[in-house]
Amino acid sequence: MTYFPEEVVEHIVDFLGSHRDRNAVSTVCKAWYQVERLSRRNVFVGNCYAIRPERVMARFPWMKSLGVKGKPHFADFNLVPYDWGGFAQPWIEAAARGCPGLEELRLKRMVVTDDDLELLARSFPSFKSLVLVSCEGFSTDGLAAIATYCRGLRELDLQENEVEDHGRQWLSCFPDSCTSLVSLNFACLKGEINTNALERLVARCPDLRSLKLNRAISVESLNRILARAPHLVDLGTGSMMVNHHTEAYHRLINAFLGCKSLRSLSGFWDASSCCLQAVYPVCVNLTALNLSYAPAIQGDDLIKLICLCFKLQKLWVLDCIGDKGLAAVASTCKDLQELRVFPSDIYGAGTTAVTEEGLVAISSGCSKLNSLLYFCYQMTNTALVTVAKNCPHFTRFRLCILDPGKPDPVTDQPLDEGFGAIVRSCKNLRRLSLSGLLTDKVFLYIGMHAEHLEMLSIAFAGDSDKGMVYVLNGCKNLRKLEIRDCPFGDDALLKDVTKYETMRSLWMSSCDVTLGGCRALAAKMPSLNVEIINESDEADEFQENLSDLHKVEKLYVYRTVARGRTDAPDFVWIL
Amino acid sequence: MEDIKGSDGLGDTELRLGLPGTSTATRSAKRALPEGDEESHDELRRTSAAKAQVVGWPPIRSYRKNSFPARKVEAEAEAAAGLYVKVSMDGVPYLRKIDLSVYKGYKELREGLNNMFECFSLGELSRREGGSGSEYAITYEDKDGDLMLVGDVPWEMFISSCKRLRIMKGSEARGLESRQH
Repeated sequence: MTYFPEEVVEHIVDFLGSHRDRNAVSTVCKAWYQVERLSRRNVFVGNCYAIRPERVMARFPWMKSLGVKGKPHFADFNLVPYDWGGFAQPWIEAAARGCPGLEELRLKRMVVTDDDLELLARSFPSFKSLVLVSCEGFSTDGLAAIATYCRGLRELDLQENEVEDHGRQWLSCFPDSCTSLVSLNFACLKGEINTNALERLVARCPDLRSLKLNRAISVESLNRILARAPHLVDLGTGSMMVNHHTEAYHRLINAFLGCKSLRSLSGFWDASSCCLQAVYPVCVNLTALNLSYAPAIQGDDLIKLICLCFKLQKLWVLDCIGDKGLAAVASTCKDLQELRVFPSDIYGAGTTAVTEEGLVAISSGCSKLNSLLYFCYQMTNTALVTVAKNCPHFTRFRLCILDPGKPDPVTDQPLDEGFGAIVRSCKNLRRLSLSGLLTDKVFLYIGMHAEHLEMLSIAFAGDSDKGMVYVLNGCKNLRKLEIRDCPFGDDALLKDVTKYETMRSLWMSSCDVTLGGCRALAAKMPSLNVEIINESDEADEFQENLSDLHKVEKLYVYRTVARGRTDAPDFVWIL
Repeated sequence: MEDIKGSDGLGDTELRLGLPGTSTATRSAKRALPEGDEESHDELRRTSAAKAQVVGWPPIRSYRKNSFPARKVEAEAEAAAGLYVKVSMDGVPYLRKIDLSVYKGYKELREGLNNMFECFSLGELSRREGGSGSEYAITYEDKDGDLMLVGDVPWEMFISSCKRLRIMKGSEARGLESRQH
């Protein structure tokens, strides 16, 4: 290859944003590998056990932003035992030693302790942004350390974490000199907050654009905050419990009138329908609305609200919106791109809040829809075929029919044809979750048509090993495959073992794979970690004593350059 | 998992293999639901009990599950069992218990309390409409342990947060009353 100065290569590489492009560049030759690694600023590690943290720090010493994911996705649904792993500690320690210039850290589904947060806070003088999603293991003491020691902190974003409440003082730990906050999200905290400290913090941070309050924040406090920060773009309202005959309510109306920049709203935990008028003035500008924690907002009042939000691009609601409410969304929100409908009554008597009709209505009205999460009690093939025709732009399609294995109620048929239509029509589909009664046929369709599929979630589906094999053979871009309660066994698992090297991970629980099959996989593929999670009584037995025929309860396979892991608990066997 | 009984009720006459009273499940066993009497299987599947038995189903993050839905279940359970709260009246040596769920609103509640404590000949309980000569105010203790005047919040909100009732008399009551207006 002709000589190409490094500076030029670096300049070109700087234009590359995506990790994939940069990864590709780094494999061209040694020189390019060097240029790329020294110039990479954003590093993303999709599986914390795929590589040891020290190697990452050594390769990318000038890293500014690091993202790491820990537990597999099904951990969200309690399928992964509490102390399985995913510890942030080695990552933070390695970064403290190897990349002290780190500015941003984003962790998802990891165990983060207060000690970790304190180390983080003290180790990176330029630290600007901490985002924790679905993490656990820390308390408000850890947050106090962040507040105290991170000078120049711009972002503290806590999304759906389990945080132990050790008191309200953490917020007071932001020093008076802290004026740099742009984004603060503590909506997931369960405990009380020092509202005085919060109001003063908001008042001295002129760049604050995103603020998400937790449920403990009263309307009175919200009023005061909005008065000091009318330039907010993104607001989580806190409790919103207010009676509409009170002075607090009138102040709330005025407060929202002043919020000209507001584009995104969430929270509404205790809001009642009658108080929604307060937010009417901002509705016309809203691009994102999350009412999925507001069970009291339903019926006509909800519809009235929706009908004002004609610029909405993202909507998260509960299924008590009903098909009628979804029809209102369809006729109003022509720019809608993402819709999530969550169940409000999972322990209840199966009230039919939304059905296939609501989804069909949405698809006819919102042709730009590309991301869907829809919980319902029933779905028909006809509806799915219509949806596929109306919305060919889906990149994420997740349908959850709450009754496992439920067929099309009109025809009593499996939903193979409906999902088949989706994968045929949506050429850019990257993520798919299936539900309802499904045979091997749906997997044949997926293998044939879902060329760009990267993540597939399957539950209570399929007839035989053929189903899984169709997927593994067909989906060339598959990265994550998670399966529960399906009749797939060793034959499917072992059909094409090299496939797993092209994927991030495979999860199989309550399927038909045996210990023997897993041992065979581990023997053939040393580049994979084959983890058996065994929580039953037999876990006391050494795995050598268990026969090859023993059915494996939970299997987690992932490619890795770090053989095995040292932090696995007793019930996790790495074959 | 098919519905074996046709909707036209001809399920019983359907020809199939197996002893009468049993069924042929044509699908491979799904581990989710308990094996058992096929007749009640369908019903079981459609009830909440079945859903609750399947670990990690429906696929909702625990964070979300632990939010309001659980509280709603509690509230519903309470409603089913009756919302009994203690009622004390200043100057009366013993307490009473009433079931809040039988009342539709504040008016019925006041009437009910009037009836209950009438025998003490202590006059009518105070009204929001601002009767003078009212010597009593109805207050309640909420979830946080605070003493609140009855009538401020919507009824539904009240019955979900009321832990006990107290009928206050005299000057204490007047203080609360004037604050209310």
